[in-house]
Amino acid sequence: MLADVWGYLTDGSHWSGSTGIAAFLVQQLLLTVTAMVIAMVVGLPLAMYAGHRHRFGFLAVNVSNVGRAVPVFAVLLVLSLGPVGSEEFGPYGRAGLATLISLVLFALPPLITNTYVGITEVDNDIVEASRGMGMGERKVFTSVELPLAMSVIMTGVRLALVQVWATATIAALVAGPGLGRIITRGFANHRTYEVVAGAVLVAVVALLLEGLAVLAERYADPMRRAQRSDRRGRRTTLREEPLPEAVV
Amino acid sequence: MIRLVGVGKTYEDGTVAVQELDLDVQRGELVVLVGPSGCGKSTTLKMINRLIEPTSGQIFIDGQDVTQADPVQLRRGIGYVIQQIGLFPHQKVIRNVMTVPLLYGESTATARERARELLDLVGLDAATYGDRYPHQLSGGQRQRVGVARALAANPPVLLMDEPFGAVDPVVRIRLQDEFLKIQRELGKSVVLVTHDIDEAVRMGDRVAVFETGGRLAQFGTPAQLLAHPADEYVEDFVGATRGLRRLTVTPIDPEHLEPLDGVSTGDLGSAIDVDATLEEALAAMLRDDKPLVGVRSGAQFVGVLTPAGIHRQLRASLK
Repeated sequence: MLADVWGYLTDGSHWSGSTGIAAFLVQQLLLTVTAMVIAMVVGLPLAMYAGHRHRFGFLAVNVSNVGRAVPVFAVLLVLSLGPVGSEEFGPYGRAGLATLISLVLFALPPLITNTYVGITEVDNDIVEASRGMGMGERKVFTSVELPLAMSVIMTGVRLALVQVWATATIAALVAGPGLGRIITRGFANHRTYEVVAGAVLVAVVALLLEGLAVLAERYADPMRRAQRSDRRGRRTTLREEPLPEAVV
Repeated sequence: MIRLVGVGKTYEDGTVAVQELDLDVQRGELVVLVGPSGCGKSTTLKMINRLIEPTSGQIFIDGQDVTQADPVQLRRGIGYVIQQIGLFPHQKVIRNVMTVPLLYGESTATARERARELLDLVGLDAATYGDRYPHQLSGGQRQRVGVARALAANPPVLLMDEPFGAVDPVVRIRLQDEFLKIQRELGKSVVLVTHDIDEAVRMGDRVAVFETGGRLAQFGTPAQLLAHPADEYVEDFVGATRGLRRLTVTPIDPEHLEPLDGVSTGDLGSAIDVDATLEEALAAMLRDDKPLVGVRSGAQFVGVLTPAGIHRQLRASLK
């Protein structure tokens, strides 16, 4: 069985062609990235503004709850049968538009919730101190709130990214684009190894995306830099005599 | 320098945070607002830099009505230190201190130079501590950085909201002393908020005692407050031991010293400096178990102080 899966995945002929692994992989990556970009462009500024003003929290939380409660598959089904239809949509393939819309809706909740919460949870003393020193609202947001909320925001992005990638697989259930097609094809033809191969691919790429997002998170979060300097700092503190509090 | 005229704050739900309040701070003076929590002392402070807008009255800084000023520009000219210090945890110490000069549009190099000076002023070696992050410092060191940051743009006015609240008592007294020294050196006008009456009489040139509900109960020098509480509330607030506290705020007066002649050397314990307070004089007597203490000015003996002398002086200071 595992040998069959391995054989399937390493056979170059399965990767090529318009219904090959490579085409579906590219399609699903394209879907994921597009959906994330749209969701971030729409969701992040709204959530950032609401967070900065400490307003519309009710809305931010409820949008997210509704988003979580409605199954993506139901949205996808309704969209592809209804107004949007399941026509070819550029490089996104059959039912591309319905899939994209569903994925964007699915990506919004973690983005909005984490961004809103991340910004509102920044220590109010620090925010007030920055205002008290004469920072304008824009400056308060860009130099204080955003950097300090970055880790929570990036966690939202990471969650959304991996969820969107994994969920994009179900587009195949309405004969849509992506790696899910390999799985549905395997089911239809009773080729279990093909089903497993598709699932393995989805899982492996999910892990890769997760890894990339973690790296991006580290790069973007200024608090990580502060903590990294701890390791260096501890060495220097040991070398120089640490002065007692009362003397320093 | 700072003048509050009929300033009040009433919230929309009808809560009165501060009642009609008149208060003035002279140039170079340190005024302490003291009172229990919820007495409106912090609200008053934040109205001066317009973090909170007053609902009545006017506030003048240097003759200019602050309610007409652009709040952002206004705040850049006022140093601000808060209890939790509010240092930016994601920025190095030096960067924190550079904040306001950079807001003023100074070049990075100038701001950095200024920040180094300020760190030195508050007793932190810039080379050692500048590149650390706030969480790598002790509470007392963070507090120093907070003061350095507030002073960085050389504002004539400094607002401090429980600035020494987050450190242990030993460090607090040290920081208070050092801050008083810096304040006298730089001649800043300071409004300091605290709930600690000891801190208030220790630091304030004048002290404003607030009562819950935002009423100003008394405004005067520490000695006035301790000797003549305006009402029962103030009397209660300054405490049953206010007589002892008066010792801490009354300096030795050479007029009330007794001559050295006729004092048996056996009675003479240690000597204290003429700049000391009566508290230190009494403490020296009790410590040495002697009926008097020598007072010197530099190497020169100027007289001796007895318990009766202390008493005379306290009574004289009431007038």
